[in-house]
Amino acid sequence: MIEFERAGKTYPDGTVAVGEFSLRIPSHTTTVLLGSSGCGKTTLLRMVNRMVDPTSGRVLIDGEDVAQEAPVALRRRIGYVMQNSGLLPHRRVIDNIATVPRLTGMPRGAAHERARELMRTVGLDSGLARRYPGQLSGGQQQRVGVARALASDPNILLMDEPFGAVDPLVRMELQRELRRLQTQLRKTILFVTHDIDEALALGDQIVVLQPGGQIAQAGTPEEIVAAPANDFVARFLGLDAGRRSLRARPQPGGGWLVSDAGGRPLGVLPDDPAREGPG
Amino acid sequence: MNHLSAAVDWLLDAQTWTGPGQLGARATEHLGYTAVAVLIAAVIALPAGLAIGHTGRGRAAAVLSSGAVRALPTLGLLTLAALAAGVGLVAPLIALVVLAVPSILAGAYAGVESVDRATVDAARAQGMNAWQVLWRVEVPLGLPIVIGGLRLAVLQVTATATLAAYVGAGGLGRPLFLGLRTYDYPMMLGASLVVILLAILLDACFEVVQRLLSYAPGLARTGRLREAR
Amino acid sequence: MANAGHILGLTGAHLQLSLPAIAAAFLLSLPLARLANRLRPARALILGGTGLLYAVPSLPLFIVLPVLIGTGVRDTLNVIVALTLFGLALMVRSAADALDAVDEDTRLAATALGHSSRGRFWTVELPLAGPALLAGLRVVSVSTISLVSVSAVLGVQSLGSLFTDGFQRGIVAAVAAGIAMTVLLALLLDLLLVLLGRLLMPWSRR
Repeated sequence: MIEFERAGKTYPDGTVAVGEFSLRIPSHTTTVLLGSSGCGKTTLLRMVNRMVDPTSGRVLIDGEDVAQEAPVALRRRIGYVMQNSGLLPHRRVIDNIATVPRLTGMPRGAAHERARELMRTVGLDSGLARRYPGQLSGGQQQRVGVARALASDPNILLMDEPFGAVDPLVRMELQRELRRLQTQLRKTILFVTHDIDEALALGDQIVVLQPGGQIAQAGTPEEIVAAPANDFVARFLGLDAGRRSLRARPQPGGGWLVSDAGGRPLGVLPDDPAREGPG
Repeated sequence: MNHLSAAVDWLLDAQTWTGPGQLGARATEHLGYTAVAVLIAAVIALPAGLAIGHTGRGRAAAVLSSGAVRALPTLGLLTLAALAAGVGLVAPLIALVVLAVPSILAGAYAGVESVDRATVDAARAQGMNAWQVLWRVEVPLGLPIVIGGLRLAVLQVTATATLAAYVGAGGLGRPLFLGLRTYDYPMMLGASLVVILLAILLDACFEVVQRLLSYAPGLARTGRLREAR
Repeated sequence: MANAGHILGLTGAHLQLSLPAIAAAFLLSLPLARLANRLRPARALILGGTGLLYAVPSLPLFIVLPVLIGTGVRDTLNVIVALTLFGLALMVRSAADALDAVDEDTRLAATALGHSSRGRFWTVELPLAGPALLAGLRVVSVSTISLVSVSAVLGVQSLGSLFTDGFQRGIVAAVAAGIAMTVLLALLLDLLLVLLGRLLMPWSRR
């Protein structure tokens, strides 16, 4: 479990990145911090592995204040995935994945064995092991990034807009893969994004943030879509523009055509009463 | 063109090359000065430059000093050192080291700075300590530029080492100045050609190393550090 | 006071050697750079040639050059040509990079507006490459000023004569004065170039 206790970050020049933030993140669940740029979501994420130290309040992992831990050791037991993967361009895929096990002193052979196993886990062809990151597609790079973060078998996975730089189709595929991985691995995931659909697709808990790290609303995806706490949340989700108020019209051949409030088609709902409708 | 053929004749004469104080020994001296000066400069400037690049501290001072040294006339530095330290080897060596330090320093910090901040950030996030970030990420990725700094230093030192003979040192400047004083044009022309050839050869060695590095995947494209000689 | 007059005279001689070389290097670098950017085969030749020139030490070039262009070693022209070549070695690469760095979209937009290739060079590419060209010119200027003094060992008069005279007669003050004047001259010229740049390129002021 990760707990933020009135954590805040003010930079020496007086900029307040995060005012005062409190949140409890249960183990083995995915929590999404959702907000536009400048809302402090990355700062919050980085407080967990001490890439940023809060100037007030504290962050606890399983009841222990992270400030008591040496940053380097802490980071080695927390997985971190970032946008544009952050892979080391001069190391082969297999060595990139083996980074943390090698740092913690695992012998090369064992670390590579572990890395190969992880490549299978994240759905990477083993033929890519000897490639360099620059020789991979964006989607493959992100998979390597995820594999690297999992290498030390951390309990916690921090993900900072990991799929932000890949094209929409690949992004959806990666999201699907992450959901599959999560049912299998059951990590405590803290995921940062500005993409509402991504948040709805991945989060067990979604925290909508306003500038300065203010929580606008925290809840399950259903709660947030069904009952936005205020105008800010509604606007952020596109509820006010009718993007998520759906209409279904019967189709001549059976089934329903679903469109949003503006009349733009979103998809087709089959005539099967056993299936759940979209939304 | 008469002078040129006379110079070539002089160069092709075995007597010109063999024996103490002849061209072979002078070329060895010249390379020796260059190697020692660049080595001393590297011992001073590499750690300092890497530290500046890694921490970002002291950068302004480093930029200022390399700019100032660029404006410093090498002959002035050399004669000043000679007047202070006396005729011999110490004075030119001091001058050569002073000349070489800024290039190597600039190459080192520019190399480290050239590494994508996101990559460094990710390395830290994986749990590398400062030392590991420097040696496993910043130095290997910035290597082409660090070597570019060394290349520039070697170039400057090779050129200036020719002037060292003016203040009493050896090296290939010796026959050049001897020819100049005795109006022996073939000798000074021949010696000049050898210096030029040596400088181009040394530079070509660096070119080869940097080309090889540029084939290494993931490394920054070889940036040749351009500054005044 | 006599010293001051002497130093002033040498400063004048110094400028007479360096200013024409700086100007010539700058002006010649532009067509060369443009050619290098437009013709691929010319690029390897021009950039390779200037790269090679860059490695040549100054004193030997002062001595070898007369064989090629028929001047005397101590001629003013010999020194100016050699300094121009060194200037070119620095400037052609920076000019080629500067012109190459002009945004492709801007270039296309200018073409779409109906500029001819030549017109586009003068009205769009040159002004936009201006700040980078100025940066290159400043390096050339500083290095030329400091390089001129090497020619003093050949007997050519410049601030470098203070080094040779001072060394032979053992006068530290003369050498120190020579260094100070050279650095001062380099800084003044640099300042002048920066001011000129602000005047010609008001948009680049930060």
